[in-house]
Amino acid sequence: MTRADAIVAQGLRKRYRDRYALDGFDLRVPRGTVCGLLGPNGAGKTTSVRILSTLLRLDEGRAEVAGFDVTRQPDQVRYRIGLVGQHPALDEALSGRQNLVLFGRLFHLGRRRAHQRAVELLERFGLADAAEQPVSTYSGGMRRRLDLAAGMILAPAVLFLDEPTTGLDPRGRNEVWESVRELVRTGATVLLTTQQLDEADQLADRISVVEAGRVIAEGTPDDLKTRLGGDRIEVVVAEPTDLAAAVTQIRRAADDEPTVDVDRRMVSVRVGHQAGALVDVLRALDAVNVPVADVALRRPTLDDVFLHLTGHRAATAEVAA
Amino acid sequence: MSAVSMPAPPVDLTPGRPALLADSGTLIWRGLARWRRDPGALIASLGFNTLIVLMFAYLFGGALQVPGGGSYREFLMPGMFVMTMVFGISLTTVAVAEDLERGVTDRLRSMPVSPLAPLAARAVADMLFAAVTLGVLLLTGLAIGWRAHGGGGATMAAVGLILLLRFALIWVGIFLGLVARGQTAVVAVQTLEFPLGFLSNAFVAPSTMPAWLGAVAAWNPLSATVGATRELFGNPGWGGDSWAAQHYPLLAVLWPLVLVAVFLPLSVARYRRLAG
Repeated sequence: MTRADAIVAQGLRKRYRDRYALDGFDLRVPRGTVCGLLGPNGAGKTTSVRILSTLLRLDEGRAEVAGFDVTRQPDQVRYRIGLVGQHPALDEALSGRQNLVLFGRLFHLGRRRAHQRAVELLERFGLADAAEQPVSTYSGGMRRRLDLAAGMILAPAVLFLDEPTTGLDPRGRNEVWESVRELVRTGATVLLTTQQLDEADQLADRISVVEAGRVIAEGTPDDLKTRLGGDRIEVVVAEPTDLAAAVTQIRRAADDEPTVDVDRRMVSVRVGHQAGALVDVLRALDAVNVPVADVALRRPTLDDVFLHLTGHRAATAEVAA
Repeated sequence: MSAVSMPAPPVDLTPGRPALLADSGTLIWRGLARWRRDPGALIASLGFNTLIVLMFAYLFGGALQVPGGGSYREFLMPGMFVMTMVFGISLTTVAVAEDLERGVTDRLRSMPVSPLAPLAARAVADMLFAAVTLGVLLLTGLAIGWRAHGGGGATMAAVGLILLLRFALIWVGIFLGLVARGQTAVVAVQTLEFPLGFLSNAFVAPSTMPAWLGAVAAWNPLSATVGATRELFGNPGWGGDSWAAQHYPLLAVLWPLVLVAVFLPLSVARYRRLAG
């Protein structure tokens, strides 16, 4: 590995009874970047995070985190990572400050340093006012922020976030996202698992799509979207009777076969990256007097990418799992 | 938001015995801090025990025949001390299961914490709680007329045997908390507490039970401790012809040691196996 990679996983396999949760999982995350692991439930996202954070033994393969082997040097790894799981891992009876002091002392910071660090983090995550309240009185968003703070006590080189916004309302979600961006600005490497495509789009520099225990596609969000063949133009004609004429014109102008949605009177076509394609299409329609009710140039969403790669939508995959 | 300072990891990253002691100390502090935060549960538990003693002493007391015609309350208290030790296990199981379920255990396992510290701290914190519980119960006993007649050494030995039993049962409780999860664990332990508690010589003479049941009751680890402490306190008891009944003091030491020898390694192994 190069020292530039904060996380390296090679050929990870993990078997549960007769099923491989990970089956040849490869991943490289350059230092200082956010990698989003995207995939349906049961794809192996959480298993990979649990192996990389030393919670789970691997059956085959090799993994290094922050330069240390997770199997042979787990304690070196543990001093350099933060883990924020799907549910806040906090002592509900203790106050926010007591929780951070507890975990700080378990990182062997020493009594004084642990107290200092707790105060710093409470301030930084906007929890100073609630510092002395028991965690059981916190809102969902506050708990998540305290949980993030607990994962940040040693300012870890690598932070694992396993579906960090599950069950949060939009406001709580934004709070967590803002905190994660703030962490990345301090130079941390983040591995984020999520089922929410917009979350990956918002936070991740690179995305690895996981299915059936392995990474099946990898790249920046833009890369992945571009791989689908670029942008689409969607034209809604004013009169249903114009649909046939519109299809002919659009096929010629865009040089590709359009798809038609009769109910919505919509013709859509892939246009790659031709900047002038939108103008060409509108001119062609105008030339044959087809009135246009609506027109849009649309980038594919990660949802389209996901559908293309895995054959199902992220949302339906979630329900099915 | 201000820039965050980045403390480097401590220079010495080798975990060893000092880490076990330091980490256990920190986690025991956590247990005590919880009680300070929320003393209600503690007080309720102590109050409940006292209430049970008073109920048995004043409500059922008249209906029970004391073997050898001694004081009913002197007969009652050793059984009460030991029963209370048994009924405290569910607290241990709940605490262990809750940490597992809430992900606190995973957080600790992802940190450079000595792998034995969480279990050791649980055992120590719960022993402290048991000592307080027993202290309150001893005072309650004294208040209603129970006395220890065996002298200082024998009394200390009796208290030691009661706490030894609790220590053994705590490891049973820890193991059950690690194996079963959440509400299942609580039900499992409470289901266990009743037969374990009542199928003993605490309130009923094993000789009055059907033969096979009487044998089970006589060999019950609780019966050993109850019988031994009755002897050491100089309180009235059932006696009995079985080998077990003749050797309660020996069994009161052996049984807890056997339980610890079985359930402590099982708990540690189970904790390690969380890594799959």
